[in-house]
Amino acid sequence: MEKQVLRFKVNGDEYEIFIHPKTLLVEAIRDHLGLTGTKRGCDTVSCGACTVMVNGFSVKSCSVLAIQCQGMEITTVEGLEKNGKLSPVQKAFLDNGAFQCGFCTPGMLISSTTFINELNGKVPSDMEIREGIEGNVCRCTGYNSIVRAIDAVAQGKYKEE
Amino acid sequence: MSQKKYTIINTPVHNIDGIAKVTGRATYAFDVTLPGMLYGKILRSPHPHARIISIDTSKAEQFPGVRGVATGKDTLGIKQGIWRRYEELCDEQILPLEKVRYIGEPVAAVAAVTEEIAEKALDLIDVEYEVLPAVYEPLEAIKKEAPTIHEGVERNINVTRHIEWGDVDEAFEEADYIREDWFKCSGQHHMCMETRCAVSSFTPEGKLTVYTGTQSAYYHQGLLAGVLGLREGDVRVIAPYTGGGFGGKFELDAAQFCSAVLSMKLYKPVKIVFTREEDFIASKRRTPMFYYVRTGVKKDGTFCARESRMFSNGGAYTGMGATALYLTGFFHSFPYKWKGYRYDGYRVYTNTMPSTSMRGFGAPQGMFCSETQIDWICADLGLDPYEVRRKNGHTPGYEVPGQAFIGSCGLEECINEIEKWAKAKGKLPANRGIGISACGFMTGGIFNWFDTPYSFSSAVVTINVDGTVELYVGCQDIGQGSNTTMAIIAAETLGVKIEDIKVHSGDTDHCPADLGAWGSRQTLMTGNAVKMACEDAKKQLLEFAYAEMGINIVYDLDIKDRWVHIVARPERGMKYEDLVKKALRGKDGQRIMGRGYYTPHRKGMISPAYSYMMQAVDAEIDPETGKIKIHEVMTAHDCGQPINPLGLVGQLEGAASMALGYAYLEDMPFEDGKLMNPNLVDYKVIRSTEMPPSPSIEVDTYEQEGPYGAKEAGEGLTNPTAAALDNAVFHALGLQIKELPITPERIRKALAEKKAQEAQK
Repeated sequence: MEKQVLRFKVNGDEYEIFIHPKTLLVEAIRDHLGLTGTKRGCDTVSCGACTVMVNGFSVKSCSVLAIQCQGMEITTVEGLEKNGKLSPVQKAFLDNGAFQCGFCTPGMLISSTTFINELNGKVPSDMEIREGIEGNVCRCTGYNSIVRAIDAVAQGKYKEE
Repeated sequence: MSQKKYTIINTPVHNIDGIAKVTGRATYAFDVTLPGMLYGKILRSPHPHARIISIDTSKAEQFPGVRGVATGKDTLGIKQGIWRRYEELCDEQILPLEKVRYIGEPVAAVAAVTEEIAEKALDLIDVEYEVLPAVYEPLEAIKKEAPTIHEGVERNINVTRHIEWGDVDEAFEEADYIREDWFKCSGQHHMCMETRCAVSSFTPEGKLTVYTGTQSAYYHQGLLAGVLGLREGDVRVIAPYTGGGFGGKFELDAAQFCSAVLSMKLYKPVKIVFTREEDFIASKRRTPMFYYVRTGVKKDGTFCARESRMFSNGGAYTGMGATALYLTGFFHSFPYKWKGYRYDGYRVYTNTMPSTSMRGFGAPQGMFCSETQIDWICADLGLDPYEVRRKNGHTPGYEVPGQAFIGSCGLEECINEIEKWAKAKGKLPANRGIGISACGFMTGGIFNWFDTPYSFSSAVVTINVDGTVELYVGCQDIGQGSNTTMAIIAAETLGVKIEDIKVHSGDTDHCPADLGAWGSRQTLMTGNAVKMACEDAKKQLLEFAYAEMGINIVYDLDIKDRWVHIVARPERGMKYEDLVKKALRGKDGQRIMGRGYYTPHRKGMISPAYSYMMQAVDAEIDPETGKIKIHEVMTAHDCGQPINPLGLVGQLEGAASMALGYAYLEDMPFEDGKLMNPNLVDYKVIRSTEMPPSPSIEVDTYEQEGPYGAKEAGEGLTNPTAAALDNAVFHALGLQIKELPITPERIRKALAEKKAQEAQK
């Protein structure tokens, strides 16, 4: 198969890269753009470490081809902070100690941010929060600190700076 | 009792690596790319036991894009092991020359310009094997007629351990009631989110640099130097952020070794990353154990004697397994006083993946058997399980005969707290029960099987002209937050702010040697070294303060919040940063530098200090399906003086999730030596929706051996949970399940057996 041109926006920046059509989105992000914040933790779309936002939706970037994202807008963990200011979810993760080794954290932050965005101001139940991050494995924290962090943001305790 | 009022200790502090971790700036070995880097892949044995007749790599070497292939013949053929004081326990050649002993064992490695080419080239390597008979279970492997896995090792017995105190037979004579049970404890995979990964770069100066995820950069430096024939000082191990460890990342692994061998052959950087499947089949696991437990008690519940025999599935090699063999036997006695205690452990080689240390280090298995049997004994004799635990539990100042001295011990308070909590729940609905389990754990193993000539922990601190502090430590932050803990201890000791401390760790070229993150040792051992280094630096600073302030030498001076002052009259003093500038001038420009170290002496056989805890699990079981729903896991915990409450809560919640996984979800089934679930679809770890609330309370103790009174937290709490859940199942349905994990199938089977027994009556 011939290589193809992929034009897409990542964290607000326009990119044009020349890729093999079977390149996965996670490979394009990590290997072609050098944005290594996004991780890979399995080969079976099970762990969520590679979760990124595609046009506002949470997507496991090992499960889609990069070329399927032609013209789309991607947000990775590196795109959550704005001009050195952390996003509400990032701040809540810090305050609640919602990470330890940090390897699942980029994917977990994206899933959490998408979940918060989709609430449109509604305050979720504990189980709704848990379902929102069910696709992301964290081996260190036991999730409860992450749930507290998301809950704090959903309760409006953190404001966008 | 906390003896001092602290400035920073015991206040919640953000993880000092937190900003890096929540913004994607934190780079792991997995993220490292070096100029001209090649990618390596490993060819693995499809046989559980086979002789290697020949390996033909010629076709693979000629494949376009391949730069080199390594087999055992490219190595020095040294048998290595982390118990390097004992030659017979150094039994593993990564890339073996003669035999493979488990499915997944590396036999060759390829370096190519892309990972894809390297993987394709693996298919072009021809290995001729003579398949040998294999054995997978320790109780089979120990039989006379079983195949020999390591030449000269009779009955495949790798290591034995005997622990005994008191007159055991006499103590059994005193017992009114004796109970015997057999247990089977499963393996568990560490399942670190970052799989095994290394980037090795060997240069013409004869120096090797290895970027890797590790629990001890120093161990890996020593192990690599030994097996590659290099001087230790010519090997630099850089541990960037490490994506989890849990006991699985301090032995030498094939990613580290094979990338180093290929890089030394090719003079190019080589990166090897295990796939999740490779990580599952060939990166070791928690040791599966068979336990026979015989316990004698008096009518009133006083413990008399215990005698246990344990056979563990060691897998193909020794690794850290020899330590787990000792610790499981010791902690099987914990946290109780036994008049007589006898343990005989046999670690048996089998043709399965090697077993090693994992969070709890053998204690979760030993305590599962002990704590369930205690509840069953209580039921047999009509005794109160809280009262029996209180009656026999460790107390401050107790000596485990010939083994350990117990300093601080908050066990009784922990039992009281959990009893209060459980009784407040009142009567539970049908099929729901609360199970309890007491436990304790070490605060830093005092073992030196690695035979290091360095102190166990060291720290160097230097103070910059503006008062900022460079702290150099060899302890390894694998996510548990040791960098933050050391920064807190340094800031508290020096009297500066936490943001003044820069922690340098994870680089053997720049940091002092430290045994690393295992056996819950860093807070106590590295923490004491950091405290000593900072006290050394502070003393030097205060010498100048006495001169500068011209005060009576019997006055006490201290620094707090960057203010140097007379203790009795805190308003009289000077700014810390001014003192630092003056001290620099006074020392002819030499920086203030403090040094500290920790090497345990006269601390018993195991550890300088012990944490204690009591846990309760509230669980509901569907008797139709056998499915378990866990409502809550409650812990009362004694870790001495907490250093960082935020980090502490994280450690305890994380331990609860990993231990619950061990109790009822995680399993590693093998068929003919082949792991049947080497992926995250079939290997079940706890997910967010399954994790129950897991609150904890700290009881107030102070440990003399620990820095500022601190003890272990986070590893020990992996120990009680399997027993507590099993006891909940016992109290809910009357089932005595003696095999882990407690799956729906096992519950249904036990229910059917119970019904059949009742029908017979």
